[in-house]
Amino acid sequence: MTSKKGRRFLGFLGTYLFWIVGSILTLLPIYWIIVVSSRKRIELMSGKPNFAPTFFQKFHWKNFTDPFVNGNQTEYLLNSVLIATTNSLLVVILAVMATYALSRFKLVGADNIFFWTITNRMGPPAAFLLPLFLLYTKVFKVNDWFLYDTHIGLILIYCLFNLPFAIWLMKGIMDGIPPELDEAVLIDGGNLWTVLSRIIVPLAAPGIAITGLLTWVFAWNEYLFAATLAGGKVRTVTGGLAEFVTVTGSDWGQMAAVAVISLLPALIFLALVQKYIVMGLTFGAVKG
Amino acid sequence: MKRQRTGWLLLAPTLIILFITGFLPFLYVIWVGFFGWNPTSATGQMHWAGVNNYRQLVFDQEFLLSLGRTLVFMITTVAIELTLGFALAGLLLKDFPGKTFFRTIHALPLMVAPIVVGAVWRLLVIPGFGPVPFYLRKWFGIDYNIGTYAGQAFWTTVLMDVWHWTPFVTLTILAGLSAMPKEPFESARVDGANRFQQFRFITVPLLMPMLLTTMFLRIMDALRIVDEVFMLTGGGPGSATRYVGIHIWRKVFPETEYGYGSAMSLLLLYFTIFLCWLLFTSITQSGKKARA
Repeated sequence: MTSKKGRRFLGFLGTYLFWIVGSILTLLPIYWIIVVSSRKRIELMSGKPNFAPTFFQKFHWKNFTDPFVNGNQTEYLLNSVLIATTNSLLVVILAVMATYALSRFKLVGADNIFFWTITNRMGPPAAFLLPLFLLYTKVFKVNDWFLYDTHIGLILIYCLFNLPFAIWLMKGIMDGIPPELDEAVLIDGGNLWTVLSRIIVPLAAPGIAITGLLTWVFAWNEYLFAATLAGGKVRTVTGGLAEFVTVTGSDWGQMAAVAVISLLPALIFLALVQKYIVMGLTFGAVKG
Repeated sequence: MKRQRTGWLLLAPTLIILFITGFLPFLYVIWVGFFGWNPTSATGQMHWAGVNNYRQLVFDQEFLLSLGRTLVFMITTVAIELTLGFALAGLLLKDFPGKTFFRTIHALPLMVAPIVVGAVWRLLVIPGFGPVPFYLRKWFGIDYNIGTYAGQAFWTTVLMDVWHWTPFVTLTILAGLSAMPKEPFESARVDGANRFQQFRFITVPLLMPMLLTTMFLRIMDALRIVDEVFMLTGGGPGSATRYVGIHIWRKVFPETEYGYGSAMSLLLLYFTIFLCWLLFTSITQSGKKARA
């Protein structure tokens, strides 16, 4: 017979053992690409996987410098930063305007519009690839200028999934701000702009920040549209990663290095928005 | 009246952008679906085909198989993720020192880009290089090669999806469990219900709307999987992991079957909407039941 205290201790031990094993399973694949990114090609091809970490002098930095200095990865990185940042800013501004309108103006059919916006995100992207590709290469053009393979083209198309997401997230936040506040400003002689800039944006600031960060990550992570609606000129980080399997063959060390670099922003954001990820990914249906 | 106009003006840019990126392609794909159009074929011109594309499609074994394969993948991954996520959420419900730390590690795969997930898993399982084939052979004598064995390739994509998305299920269920009221459990205990009965008759019904929402989102995601699998197996070996998204991509881009591809895209869209509707009805119905 174990005492009650002893049993609780065993329970604790079991919980920890379980979570340590679980965490190792979660982290192992990511740890492995870091190891791969630190090795020379010849070391990788020795036939026996080596999990030992490499440090400083033995770390094969060339895997990290080569794709960025001699390859095109720097350009891809800048494209991704530019597209994700512009898209995220645009989406947040539009979402604030749209949710403010949906929440305060009692528009005819506001509920239906709200639902229609979200259906845009639910569709499988594979079903939209072809029509978008044809529109981008054949229909949306001014003289010789096509929407295909431009930054604007990708920024626009990322609105298809980010804008509905932002609207869903911001709607709840907007409804939570008491309308009496903006009425008070209007009575004091304020206009729409003062209401938005003095009341709505400051009060919704945390929500806006989370929306911005999550939409940024979604745009950064996107691959399918980037691969089909842009060619060689506007390739993103994710497209650059796919190049390693399709074009350049199998320089696994460099591929792992690029994967590690493209992981970094997401990992930094994870620390910032950890608490809100659940709310974000379930469209606010679940409060984390 | 003026107020209404301001509201519409604020909403206008959003509606215009979503119209261009979402609704216009939808109309366009319906239109192109009625034509035979392959720019690299002998004729190359668009020609009216009526419903021929659709007539061909309902007997297209490749397409139907890819759809079936996607459904099997969807059911397998969602079942595993829900079970595992439920168990893990239960373990995270109790407080213990370091809980936040473990939860953060657990949530990590959620932020990783699908294409990176594919790359990471590829590096784990490439024959002659990755640790997975090496240790499977050394310890268990299993010949593991996702470039050769269809079954192994399928299960590897399932495992990859489980690694990527179980945390999502865990975190949503955890949120639901933490928000659960205490009173029903207390009165059940007074009435002498055991733990299984409490779970079966209180936890599950109270959690049902949220379980269905989680399932709904996971099913939609599983249906549209492309990036990860494209990176890991490229749809192979043969067509073992050629899920419907990859199949359409292959038909449309390398083979430039624009007309036929449009019909396929539209069918996939309808199929998704149908599944959506089915799940949505069950969500709202269970919501009604939970309230009643």
